[in-house]
Order: sequence, then C-alpha cells, then structure tokens
Amino acid sequence: MNLTLKIWRQKNSKEAGNFHTYQVPDISPDMSFLEMFDVLNERLIEKGEEPIAFDHDCREGICGMCSMYINGQPHGPWKGTTTCQLHMRAFKDGDTITVEPWRAKAFPVIKDLVVDRSAFDKIQAAGGFISVNTGNAQDANNIPVPKDDADKAFAAAACIGCGACVAACKNSSAMLYVSAKVSQFALLPQGRVERTERVLNMVREMDVQGFGNCTNTGSCEAECPKEISLENIATMNREYLMANLKK
Amino acid sequence: MRTSPNLLDSKIPEGPLESKWTNYRSTVPLVNPANKRNLEIIIVGSGLAGASAASSLAELGYKVKVFCFQDSPRRAHSIAAQGGINAAKNYQNDGDSTYRLFYDTIKGGDYRAREGNVYRLAEVSANIIDQCVALGVPFAREYGGLLSNRSFGGTQVQRTFYAAGQTGQQLLLGAYSGLQRQVGLGTVKMYSRHEMLDVVVIDGKARGIIARNLVTGEIERHAGHAVLLCTGGYGNVFFLSTNAMGSNVTAAWKAHKKGALFGNPCFTQIHPTCIPVSGDHQSKLTLMSESLRNDGRIWVPKKAGDTRKPNEIPEEERDYYLERRYPAFGNLVPRDVASRAAKERCDAGFGVGASKMAVYLDYAAAIERYGKIQANKLNETNASKDRIIALGKDVVKEKYGNLFEMYEKITGENPYEVPMRIYPAVHYTMGGLWVDYELQTTVPGLYALGEANFSDHGANRLGASALMQGLADGYFVIPYTIGSYLNTQIREKLVSTDHAAFEEAEKSVKDTINNLINNKGSKTVDHFHKRLGKIMWDKCGMARNEQGLKEAIQEIRQLREEFWKEVRVPGSANEMNPELEKAGRVADFLELGELMCIDALNRNESCGGHFREEFQTEEGEALRDDAKYSYVAAWEYKGNGNYDLHKEDLKYERIKVSARSYK
Repeated sequence: MNLTLKIWRQKNSKEAGNFHTYQVPDISPDMSFLEMFDVLNERLIEKGEEPIAFDHDCREGICGMCSMYINGQPHGPWKGTTTCQLHMRAFKDGDTITVEPWRAKAFPVIKDLVVDRSAFDKIQAAGGFISVNTGNAQDANNIPVPKDDADKAFAAAACIGCGACVAACKNSSAMLYVSAKVSQFALLPQGRVERTERVLNMVREMDVQGFGNCTNTGSCEAECPKEISLENIATMNREYLMANLKK
Repeated sequence: MRTSPNLLDSKIPEGPLESKWTNYRSTVPLVNPANKRNLEIIIVGSGLAGASAASSLAELGYKVKVFCFQDSPRRAHSIAAQGGINAAKNYQNDGDSTYRLFYDTIKGGDYRAREGNVYRLAEVSANIIDQCVALGVPFAREYGGLLSNRSFGGTQVQRTFYAAGQTGQQLLLGAYSGLQRQVGLGTVKMYSRHEMLDVVVIDGKARGIIARNLVTGEIERHAGHAVLLCTGGYGNVFFLSTNAMGSNVTAAWKAHKKGALFGNPCFTQIHPTCIPVSGDHQSKLTLMSESLRNDGRIWVPKKAGDTRKPNEIPEEERDYYLERRYPAFGNLVPRDVASRAAKERCDAGFGVGASKMAVYLDYAAAIERYGKIQANKLNETNASKDRIIALGKDVVKEKYGNLFEMYEKITGENPYEVPMRIYPAVHYTMGGLWVDYELQTTVPGLYALGEANFSDHGANRLGASALMQGLADGYFVIPYTIGSYLNTQIREKLVSTDHAAFEEAEKSVKDTINNLINNKGSKTVDHFHKRLGKIMWDKCGMARNEQGLKEAIQEIRQLREEFWKEVRVPGSANEMNPELEKAGRVADFLELGELMCIDALNRNESCGGHFREEFQTEEGEALRDDAKYSYVAAWEYKGNGNYDLHKEDLKYERIKVSARSYK
C-alpha cells in the first residue's frame, strides 16, 4: 500500500506545532499502525530527519500508553481497538491519514504525538483505592461477591487509562475514566467503606486538573478501546449525589 | 573466563524447610518507626514487584522514591500478563497444599532453583490472594460468590486465580492503587518518564542512582539508603519477544557492572503459544495465554507438507503430538516442553501456515463440549449441532473472549471458525541479578525483586508463577528482609549527591550519551537490535550447541564494535529523544547477549529452557547432569567482555532430585 500521512509535529511544549505531510510507500496490510510508524521513522532517520515521537509500549492493547488521534477518532477507525492493535488492513491503498495528539487542556503536548497524562494519576491518588495496608487482609473467600457484581466490577476495571475518552469528548471531560474506578469499588463490598470520601475526592481532583464537564454526548463510550460503559457515569452520579447528601 | 572460589552466601536460614521463613521473620532485626522516617529507599520499576514493594515499605514508614520510564506507573509490563496467578489455597479441594506448589515449582524449574526460596514463595502465595481481594481486585468468581480457579501447565490441580485474560492488568492496577494512595499521602514520590542509568556505589554499598528525565533530558542524582531494582526481565535482547517495546536490561546491567553478580543469564523462557511472525516489519510478538491450553488441543497434520485447510483434514490424519508424547499432562505440559515439541514438529516438516513455522491450537472440540453442557443446563435435549456450536462459542467467549478478539485483530482470521496458528516466542527470563534469601544482590544495599532477580524459577518458570513471585517479593518478603540491612544504617545520614561517586557516575552517563549522539553513523538503532536478535534466536534460542554459541560470541563482539562505529542517533541529549533511549538499551543488550552465550556454553547439560542439542535423551528430552551442574552460575563482571564464574551449589534436603517426567 502507498499512503500519505499528515502528522502533527511539535518540538516541545513551548513551541507551536503544525502538520507535516509524508509519503509512505510499500506498507503491508499485515502491519500494525505503529509498525507503519516504525517504518516511517526508520526512513526519516536514514534521510537525516528527526523521527516522530509517539507513546507506545506493550503493543498488545493493554498498557494504555499509545494515544493517536487518527482521522478524527482516538485510536482510529476500528471499534474497541487501541492504536497498537489497529492494523493497516483498515485502510486502502492511496489513503491520506491524519494523525494528531490527544487534544485537551489537561493533557498538554510534550512533543509531536506525546502528551502528558499525569493528571489521571493525580485523580487516582486522590481516592482511587481501598485503604488497606499490606498484611491486614482476611481470607479472600470470607468476602463473597455475587458473580454479577464481580463481572460488572471487572468490566469497569478493564479501563486502560489511555485518555481516549477525554480526547473524544468535546468538553475534554474525564467522567468515563473516573467513573470506571468509582463504579468498580462501589460494586464491591470491600470498596463500600470509603465510597463517600472516594467519589468526592476524585471528582474534586478531576475539576482541579482542568477536565471539562459531562454533557452526555456519549462519544467517550463510542471511542473507548475497552468499551467501558456509560452506565458507570450514571453510577458515579448516583454515588456523588448520595455522598453530598451524607455530607 | 575464570572460575572463582565460591563467595556466595545464599543466607538460607537453618532449620526445617517449613519453619525457615517463620523463624527468620521472628528473629530478623527490626528498625523502629522513628528511624524508618529517616531512611530513604529508591525503587526502580513500578510493575507488580516495584509497586507492591513501594506501597508496603511506605506503609511501614520509610521514605520512598519510585522511578519508571513509562508515563505512568500503571503501564509497567506486568499489566500484559494474561492467564493468572497461582496460590496454594486448595479452594477446589483437589489436594493442593503449600508443599505441592513448592514441589511443582522446583520440578517445573528442572531442579535448578533453591528449596528455601521456593518454599517461602509457596507459603506466602495464599496471602497474596487475600491482599489483592482486599484491594478490590475483581477476580473471576463462581455463582456462589467465591473465587474461581483454573489449571495451568505443569500442575495437576486447579490453583490459578484469574480475571478473564487480563489478570496482570487487574493485579497491577490493584498494586498501583495502593501506590497512588501513598503518593497522595506524600510518603512516596513518583518519578515517571525517568530512566535509571547507573547505580552509585560508595565504600561497597549502594547509595543512590543516576537517572535521566526523559522529557527534558536532564541527568539527575538521587541518594538513598537502599536501592531496589524491580525492572523486569531482558527478553528483548532477542528483539522479537512478548515483552513491551521499552522493556530492557539497562538498570540490571548497570548494577552488574557495578559489582552485582548476574545469575543464570542463559535461562530464558520460550512460550509455546504465541502468534507466529508474519513478516520483517514485525516489532513484537503477541502471546496467546497458556490458559488456552486448558481447553484447546494442539496438533499438526500427520503428513509432512500437508497443504489442505485445517478443517479439511480428518480427525484420524491429525497428530495431537502433546497428547501422544505426554499422556499424563497432555496439552498442559510445562512451557519448555511444549515449545520444544512444537519446534521439533516444524523442523521435521509438519508445520502449518504460509511460513510452515506454526502449529494449530484448536478449539472445535472445546466448543462442542461446552455447547453440550450448556444445552443440558438449558434442558435442550434435542439441540441441533448448530445450536450446540453456538452455545459453546458463547461459553468460550466468556472464558477467553479478549484473547480470541486480539488474535483476530492481528491475523485477520476468526479463531472460533478456524484453529489458531501458534508458534513459540521469547517470553520471560528466569536468569537475572543473583540475590540471596533476603533478595539482596552481592552489593550491600542493592536489591533485586521480581523477574529482575534469578531466584525462584530455576531453569523454567511455570505459568501463573511470575505474578505470584513479583507480588510475593514486594508485599511479603522485602518488607521483612530489608530491615536486616537497614537496621545497620540508622546512623548513616543520606549521602550528599555532591559526593565524588555521584560526580563520577554522572560523568560516565553523560559521556555515553554524548558518544551516542555525536557518533553520526549510518545505521539506525533498530538495525543493530534486529541483527542481535537474530543471532540470539538462531544460536542461543530454543536449542543451542557448542559450535553455534562460539560463533554467536564472536558475532556479537563484532556487532558491538560495529554499533559503536556506525550507529546513528538523531536529535540531541537535552530533549525527549526515544532513539537515544533505545540506543542506550541496545548497547547494554549487546553486552548481555554475549554473557548469555558464555553461560549457555559453560552449562554442558540441558535443563528447562536451556536445551543443548548435545545433551538429550533418545526421545529428545532434556538431559541434566546433576553431578556437574547442580549449581547457580553467578557471573562477575571483569570489564571488556571478561567474566568470572562463581558457583552456588544447590542443596536439596527435602526433594528427591529425579528425571523430570510429564509422561
């Protein structure tokens, strides 16, 4: 396949960026999207040009590090798929593909397609945990959990923290991300002890970090590579309301 | 190579196996809480071992700094572990016990692991599950609300706890939540996008590290009373592996060059069920969880070079070679055995797919079996074949859905309809920094946890045991054992980072970086990495022999020379520069690769993942030489490709060492 790529280049967080156009011939449909980037970068280095910086690590769709906004969609055209698992057979010979970084006030660009997502870690540090020290735990089977609740908690916990939900949202809201963690713990008996503090602290930190509000457009769910459900946002809103009533 | 007298003290406590750890814990010196506040611990790596150690040590009151090269500690490669975590809970009432987990692990490791360490691992395994559940890890459960288990290779009980095919993710996010809690409390300071580039050793003790800020390129000095390396394995020396792209040996290798011995570097695990290589562009290989061997059947055609589609080959013309060769364990033999058997069939011309370097992993029988069970449950006594297949697919989807989807995305084939094609790939490294019972390396104050150390898996790790070991080391071992060293350090003030040793280490790091940047050669870093990988895979991979290893050593030396002459690293040192990061890592792999070959050449026997073609039985099984090689090979760095060998003899007091059979 022969492709034209329009890629956002930005030297660092201080300088302005712009699009560069690259011709990328001889691409196999069996390559992953990031392998196509590897090939392009090798060619750029051989020509004495600067390769394109992008985040990636596991290339198995689980670490959440890859983060490209491809033709107007976070992680590109395949549903429920991260950029690293997107394969070139999703495109046609002769296609022009536009690639940008995540765009959000809370995710400043570091270089090219690399953004700073440390705001997500700060939200977790504010309340995304169960306060149990090592060594205090009782036998695991002393806490039975209905299978349905356990399955739902798992489905919420499958979030990979990539930030596609924020990138997809016109308000740059982090509601899907935050609600997934709040729901996971709200569904489990172990998590209920701290439910009030947790939701209040995480929502407060989410606002502090500069994420926008949720206006229920649902684009986060549509673009989430792990198909995290909007129901989590409803759960979080309920938790938040109950917490405020208790306060 | 020279052989040095044995200087290694494994510090295994005296007394009967069952009470070693209990006695140790009761007698190890303690550090009082007021002193803990003045002691600083540096942890490099934020995977299961690093994150669990960081939160546990911070909870005890130590001041902790954690470093990871990814943009968040949650991205460490533990996250990609799929199948599960072992624990001797005996929830299934199928005869499991601490002793049995211990025995299976020693036998699985082909009698090349320490009894004392492995027994402790089996002992604390049950606590790990309790701890994780308390942290809110959503393990799979039965309808009664209790935890579910499945089987893994090399065992005949069901002791593996899991969360679909994402167990590593759920465990890591649990450990990460504990870590973030401490970050929020201010007891852990987190340094993401930082890479450790050297250990600072003063008067023989580890006193800090040099790290590069990967965003600004700044070189930083960090002092600590102890340094914990939780930096994972070195499978990426092969270029293609199931490791993450960033996984590397640099931290461990720098420690090795500062005096930490490297144990059993040639013990690498080739995982039998991975998606085969599809072309030269390939950047990594993807694992299909071992749990798939619970239900999937592995086969090749009985006729060599058979070009028919798999569904056109009738049952009687298929060779279920694992079931044929190993009837007692069948498709659930350990990884090394399954990998070699696949290689044997493909080398003999029975491989399938375009490359002929693959075998089938077939779910048709499991889909039908589950479909029938489901039809019975639903009282559909006259269910049609199509209905049974549809019901069976739903069951398989619930158990393994995410793996099947991943297979389809990568290959473009639907594994519910056609058998998967799989082939072995580099997955895990049993070798690593040599540590004693306390997880301390040969440099006082420097520790290695999880995959970064060599200690518990011998020559072959059993499935679902890596997660167990990482969390055991971090949650339940290091919080006790580190006291034995730190109680001697309570009078030591934190070393100033102006100390000459920091100065010197920083200069050496900067010199290396400048050499790479200013080299302006003609070939990319990946060019060298791929060539190194090919040498390693061909000559130090699933099968090794004397001649090949000798050639590999020469070839790696030449490649290393060429690298330093010809590598091109674009950009500058004072900015985010992924090519520079890769270059530093590949430079270290180019040294490690040689040591792996030296170690493989030294070990004139076959054991576990180390298969020397000269040493095999008539049936092609690994042939150990216990009289000569029942030891840990611990290598000391002597500069310029010279290494001294130290031997730690393995003593088996409880287990009767015998030929390892799964027949």
